[in-house]
Amino acid sequence: MTSDLTSQGRVEPAPGSAPAAAASPGSTADAAAAGSISIDGLSCSYGSFRAVRDVSTLFAPHAVTAIIGPSGCGKSTFLRTLNRMHELTPGATVAGHVLLDGVDIYSSDVDPVQLRRIVGMVFQRPNPFPTMSIYDNVIAGLRLASGKRDKSEYDAIVEQSLRRAALWDEVKDKLQQNGTSLSGGQQQRLCIARALAVDPEVILMDEPASALDPIATLHVEELIAELRANYTIVIVTHNMQQAARVSDYTAFFNMGDDRAGYMVEMGPTDDVFNRPVNSVTADYVSGRFG
Amino acid sequence: MSGSLTPAVDRRATLTSGLGGRRTAVDRLMRGLAVACTAICIVPLVAILLYVTVQGIKGLSVDLLTKPPTTLGEGGGAVNSILGTIQMVGLASLLAIPLGVLAGVYLSEYASGRVARTVRFAGDVMVGIPSILIGVFVFTILVLPFGQYNAFAGAVSLAVIMIPVIMRTTEEILVLVPDALREASYALGIRRYRTILTIVIRTGLAGILTGVMLAVARAAGETAPLIMTALGSRLVNVFQWGQPMDAMSLFVYNGSRSPYPAVQEQAWAVAFLLLLFVLVINVIVRARSWGQKMSS
Amino acid sequence: MTVAGRTVQLRAGPNSGRSDRVFRRATAAFAVAVLVLLIAIAFQLVVDSREAFQAFGIVGFVTGVIWDPVKDIYGAWPYIVGTLYSSAIALILATPIAIMAAIYLAEWAPLRLAAPLTFVIELLAAIPSVVIGLWGIYVLGPILRDTVGAALSSAFGAIPVFAGIPSATGLYVAGVILAIMILPTIISISREVMTAVPQSQREAMLALGATKWETVRHAVLPAARSGMIGAVILGLGRALGETMAVTMVIGNGQDVPTSVFAQANTIASKIATTFNEAAIGLNTSALIALGLILLVITILLNIAARLLVGHTAH
Repeated sequence: MTSDLTSQGRVEPAPGSAPAAAASPGSTADAAAAGSISIDGLSCSYGSFRAVRDVSTLFAPHAVTAIIGPSGCGKSTFLRTLNRMHELTPGATVAGHVLLDGVDIYSSDVDPVQLRRIVGMVFQRPNPFPTMSIYDNVIAGLRLASGKRDKSEYDAIVEQSLRRAALWDEVKDKLQQNGTSLSGGQQQRLCIARALAVDPEVILMDEPASALDPIATLHVEELIAELRANYTIVIVTHNMQQAARVSDYTAFFNMGDDRAGYMVEMGPTDDVFNRPVNSVTADYVSGRFG
Repeated sequence: MSGSLTPAVDRRATLTSGLGGRRTAVDRLMRGLAVACTAICIVPLVAILLYVTVQGIKGLSVDLLTKPPTTLGEGGGAVNSILGTIQMVGLASLLAIPLGVLAGVYLSEYASGRVARTVRFAGDVMVGIPSILIGVFVFTILVLPFGQYNAFAGAVSLAVIMIPVIMRTTEEILVLVPDALREASYALGIRRYRTILTIVIRTGLAGILTGVMLAVARAAGETAPLIMTALGSRLVNVFQWGQPMDAMSLFVYNGSRSPYPAVQEQAWAVAFLLLLFVLVINVIVRARSWGQKMSS
Repeated sequence: MTVAGRTVQLRAGPNSGRSDRVFRRATAAFAVAVLVLLIAIAFQLVVDSREAFQAFGIVGFVTGVIWDPVKDIYGAWPYIVGTLYSSAIALILATPIAIMAAIYLAEWAPLRLAAPLTFVIELLAAIPSVVIGLWGIYVLGPILRDTVGAALSSAFGAIPVFAGIPSATGLYVAGVILAIMILPTIISISREVMTAVPQSQREAMLALGATKWETVRHAVLPAARSGMIGAVILGLGRALGETMAVTMVIGNGQDVPTSVFAQANTIASKIATTFNEAAIGLNTSALIALGLILLVITILLNIAARLLVGHTAH
């Protein structure tokens, strides 16, 4: 099921034409390619208050999509519907469809716990488990799965995840130290390693660098660029320059008069920033508000 | 570990296959256990409330409230104990409230560093002392020297129990009063002691009252310290502080050991009255703070 | 001083008036009085127990098994064992139930249910001990004798712990009643420390694909562990000092209890039942010495709990 983006004034880009997606062989305009998310008429509410209204779009696999917009316009709420974390808040409801590789994740036979293995999340404030060592933090999610593994298997996964998170060299000699003994930037990369260890398809990032200093931010951004080859990444950020640096596609959200967030425009990053179709988008990216 | 090209069919299978019975089963089991344990915790309370109420109401009568006990094993009432509780808890409150509140004021408004920590620690320790030991202590200082069990000692033992409780709750409440209020008062030229007495205490008054009421409820229910201070008595004692005095809690205790069914029935009735008093205070107090929390 | 041609009173700080000093000293005196009171209690108990400790030696008194006012021989051991035994039963019964209930209230219960349920459970702590004891004599004791007591006795009667014929009073009834009484303590503190674990920890675990129970087990409980141990210790402290309900159901035995069905006494119940008949002198001194032992244990536990929980929540 393809979503029509022409209502936002954009033509849906064939996944094959996006720079990073060229790596996936055999991909077609069929949105059921691995790690693709297709969203149709999604609205999220807390009780009677509608926070996000009617979003329809497509997140291309093996690409980075940034979600930008002023604070309070529902970007984080929207992101959390993609791994069904939104429903953890009492009274939270969702209408519409989110299709992961063609499967509606909100259908009643889908287990949210399984979903969250495939769609991982990194949070705004690094949250390593304070009672666990670095080693144990990385495999925390893996340990939950049934089936025992040898220590050597765990060792290999820990090393691979930490390498992919660009943290291995810094911590390889102190894997048994507590996870909170690292600096903020390192903790966030630890959280990314932890998310990678369970082998997801999609990684959601909710302002992952906003609590970090500029150098740590740079490391995280470089990491995202490397990760895009193997994962679908959706990143919420309030930092427009970051979105411009890091993402292949950008979706711009704004708050409507009904105080619900809605997606104004979505397309390749270069187009959204330099040739926005919608005047509200143009105002935002030129800094006139938000 | 890269994202593989999983056909849509496999994706559906992964998402809907469930976790493998074990993990879901454990989750459900633990949740069921937790619910069951919560229910188990509620059962005794309900059982006690129901039983005491049913048995207690049977024994309620005008006689119970107006006549003292007889030596016959039936007839008579419990007015000596009701008056006794009222008097001793009353005197204890008169002693404990000023002392406890002002001590709490000191901790919250003036004290810092070592003195504060030591006094606070002493208060916390005292709250944890078994009340029977308080009774033993008061016995040695207020009963033994006079060779006479007396109501005053009973009241003092209740006061000693109430003081650290009131001190702690007062401090906790007053510490929450924002400094901005105090500074506004100083800026108007009001002296510190007046600021405390009028503004700080008045702002925290509801909380202080809560602490006081809970301490009163606790004192009314105490039995052990009264055993070796006020002793208890069949006679009605009004303001004879140098003589033994009965209390509702003592009445229940003694009645439970009596072989006469009529006396046992009276014990249930007095237990019911005591329970009612204590519960009403607790419900008022907690429902009030609960209501405040809900509205904030 | 003169300002702009007018005489102005130098404004003193809010703290410097004479009334301020008096007030400050008065409140300080009251606060110190509390400290003095505690010291006085400890001091008095120590002084009055000396006679007993001198007569039997500390070790002799603590381990002595005979309590005979006629012969003026006193030993604390039966009552120390009774205290520890009944509290142990209470802890074994109450801790798992209280912790599971606290987990339900903190992690699973919908907010609308959690608040009233917590309120109701905490109400249990407000019921006077003597009222619970009355219910224990007439309701709990007989029920326990006929159900649990009978079952345990017939199934395990050969083991010393369950030897003897269960009656409506005894150590096991005291243990159960203590368990009921310490449930609210353990639950409320455990619930508080669990609620204090930041939500971000739970989210991190859930986002990795954990079930709710797995989240509790791996993210919440490890972080709350020391606080929950403190809660249990505080529950233990409460059980040790509980007097009336225990006195009314424990059966007033004088021997060192071995079986749970034994009639026994705790330190608190022994003092409560015999203090007024005790002859002034060695007899009362022995009872006060018993009390001192209880005081020391209680204070030590209190300190341990505070270190684990931080500020004692209540």
